[in-house]
Amino acid sequence: MTRPEFWQGNTACAEGALAAGCSFFGGYPITPSTEIAEHLAAKLPKKGGVFMQMEDEIASMASIIGASWAGARAMTATSGPGFSLMMENIGFAAMTETPCVVVNVQRGGPSTGQPTMSAQGDMMQVRFGSHGDYAVIALCPATVQEMYELTVKCFNLADKYRVPVFLMADETIGHMREKILIPDTVERVGRKPFVPGNPPFRAADPDLIPGFPQFGTGHHVHVTGLTHDERGYPAATSPQLHMDLVKRLVDKIENARDEMADYDVINPDAEQVFIAYGAPVRTVQQVMHDRKDPNIGFLRIRVVWPFPEKALAKFKNAKRFLIPEMNLGQIAREIERHVKVPVRSIPKLGGELHTPAELVRALEAQP
Amino acid sequence: MRHEVRFSGFGGQGIILSAVILGRAAVMYDNKFAAQTQVYGPEARGGASMSQVIIDDEEILYPKVSDPDIYVIMSQEGFEKYGAVARDPAVMLVDSTLVHSRPECRYIGIPATREAKQTLKRDIVANIVMLGALVAATHVVSEEALKKAILDSVPKGTEDLNIKAMQLGLQLGKQP
Amino acid sequence: MSFEDWYRQDRLPHIFCAGCGNGTVINCTLAAVEQMGWKQEETIFVSGIGCSSRASGYILADSLHTTHGRALAFATGVKMANKGLHVVVFTGDGDLAAIGGNHFIHACRRNIDLTVVCMNNQIYGMTGGQGSPTTPLGCLSSTTPYGCAEPPFDLCELAAAAGANYVSRWTSYHVKELEKAVKAGLETPGFSFIEALVQCPTAFGRRNKFKQVADHVEHLRSHSLLKAKRDRMIENGEQIPAGMFVVGELTRRNRPAMGVKP
Repeated sequence: MTRPEFWQGNTACAEGALAAGCSFFGGYPITPSTEIAEHLAAKLPKKGGVFMQMEDEIASMASIIGASWAGARAMTATSGPGFSLMMENIGFAAMTETPCVVVNVQRGGPSTGQPTMSAQGDMMQVRFGSHGDYAVIALCPATVQEMYELTVKCFNLADKYRVPVFLMADETIGHMREKILIPDTVERVGRKPFVPGNPPFRAADPDLIPGFPQFGTGHHVHVTGLTHDERGYPAATSPQLHMDLVKRLVDKIENARDEMADYDVINPDAEQVFIAYGAPVRTVQQVMHDRKDPNIGFLRIRVVWPFPEKALAKFKNAKRFLIPEMNLGQIAREIERHVKVPVRSIPKLGGELHTPAELVRALEAQP
Repeated sequence: MRHEVRFSGFGGQGIILSAVILGRAAVMYDNKFAAQTQVYGPEARGGASMSQVIIDDEEILYPKVSDPDIYVIMSQEGFEKYGAVARDPAVMLVDSTLVHSRPECRYIGIPATREAKQTLKRDIVANIVMLGALVAATHVVSEEALKKAILDSVPKGTEDLNIKAMQLGLQLGKQP
Repeated sequence: MSFEDWYRQDRLPHIFCAGCGNGTVINCTLAAVEQMGWKQEETIFVSGIGCSSRASGYILADSLHTTHGRALAFATGVKMANKGLHVVVFTGDGDLAAIGGNHFIHACRRNIDLTVVCMNNQIYGMTGGQGSPTTPLGCLSSTTPYGCAEPPFDLCELAAAAGANYVSRWTSYHVKELEKAVKAGLETPGFSFIEALVQCPTAFGRRNKFKQVADHVEHLRSHSLLKAKRDRMIENGEQIPAGMFVVGELTRRNRPAMGVKP
């Protein structure tokens, strides 16, 4: 059963978090994400959860990592400037394999940029923004419905893979109100249980994910951002140990790329193929609807990182990929790495969504 | 049938709430689809405020308004910034108390602010008068749906006032 | 059980230099925790970055060795997500008062139920002896080669002004007093701040005319001014000699606190 609502994307995100069992939110107000914090400030205490307005985004990110180790499903929400401040502790979460969810309602950057306007300029920052090598998971909603559903999914992926997971929304979807159908229940995938007596950071299973030794349950686990051995003890000068640890942190995500891939393939026989994620999906959908041309294909991506490269091979006749993004072609460059045919980036900066006419122009332009 | 409705006025008139109420009426009570968006400026009060809502029987793909067929304009600055572009076959409802320009397209003057002040003694409900007039003139949502969406959205204790404002608007909007 | 049972035997030897004051402070803290009768599985140690912050890793309990300056923000998350846990934070002067200064004042303002033990060696020890926000005027460090020209923070006054329920200062010389102060902090609901001035022979003493560890400890002892005596001196209109610092229990009160176990 579902019930309809007419919600803003940010409200849907907050409600999705509540449905997923989020019990801790630590955040700092920033346009255009603030409604998520405001909604949870009102709702979380009534459900026995905790809302903390922290002193900055550095503290916000720190607080959700602490809360996660204490057993909470924990989340923060921010936008560009705050996201930049979170970067160091995001790396800490990756290094310590801390499940947590970070929502970035993207706005125009760099710097203070366009607080009230839409963008997708943080797509490379989310993948590579903290120092060192690591891997994370990033999801991009294109509808208010997906703001809800993908938020739930973020929590499940974070717990399953013990990694920070990002809902990389944009102002367009975050601030838009539209129809959404709310399910009675949502699926919850928890953390892998810890087997007492095991070294806490030993990943014996093929999925390379260790069980989660939650604080306060008697496992005496030491969690450090330093390079650590299986016991969690600092071992920062061992070249082999560092190599093995970082490789495992990356491989546990990259090896599961097919398992967590989430995309739609439309008209796989087409020669001209759009690829989009987030708000530009909506413009591509409009063009597909208006043109009704089987020679126009569409790859709609929800899980952008790890990038679902196998999806590209489904378009066997593709002569050209067209990539509308609200940035200067960040994911287009990733796609170029995987295909032999021309990749045409359709960048748009300034805060407004691509119009259908703009995409039609790109489609009709000769390569 | 896709309708694109643009509301504009000055901050504090309830321009954004008007679009939200209209979208809510369509989605929650008329079983239609709606997508509401707005333009944010840095000002919390004053300035030209603008909000838009698309109402459609089918799922809405491109969610931005490109060519409104219905305008609701409640300030002179709002008209100049967001209403002057209107052309036939669009229809515009203008608050004739506050807007002295008139568009090139078909329009209906609604003295919403004056009526709200004189008849209801509260000019704050002028936006609800405009919503009533809009529904009477265009039937973009049903009267019943509008009423329910208004009741969902207004502060407790103001329900009667707002329903009176809506009914006043329905009367004004029916006049040719 | 004794305080020694709180150590991870398999992590010894530790990284602290011979003569370092940090071990004294950790011993005092663990002795106080032990006196509280807290169980290892319900006590969490959180720390930032620096020599002081390595403490958490030597303790046989759940511990979180976080990023530089941010221990209090991490600890806030731990405590608020599970108010049943006892949360103790180890930090140092650079970690707490420089990079973590904002988190420090806000944790005090919230008066969140944490006990914070700051090992103040008045220098960045781990990175080799740079000046910190508590390096005294005129003291030498690798980044104040002509003498520190910036006035230092008084961490206890900062904590009290920002709202902490319990504040005291002792030194690595005052072992018994320090242990009692930590215990009082652990007992006090809300934010408790215990500053322990410690000798750092490697980075501070060497540059500042403390040839022997004992010279530095003697300096800490001889420049300590008991709060009661300080108060008397002020009452009598006497001048407080330069270079003296106040020790003792400086603040104890009952402001509304966050995160206290219901």
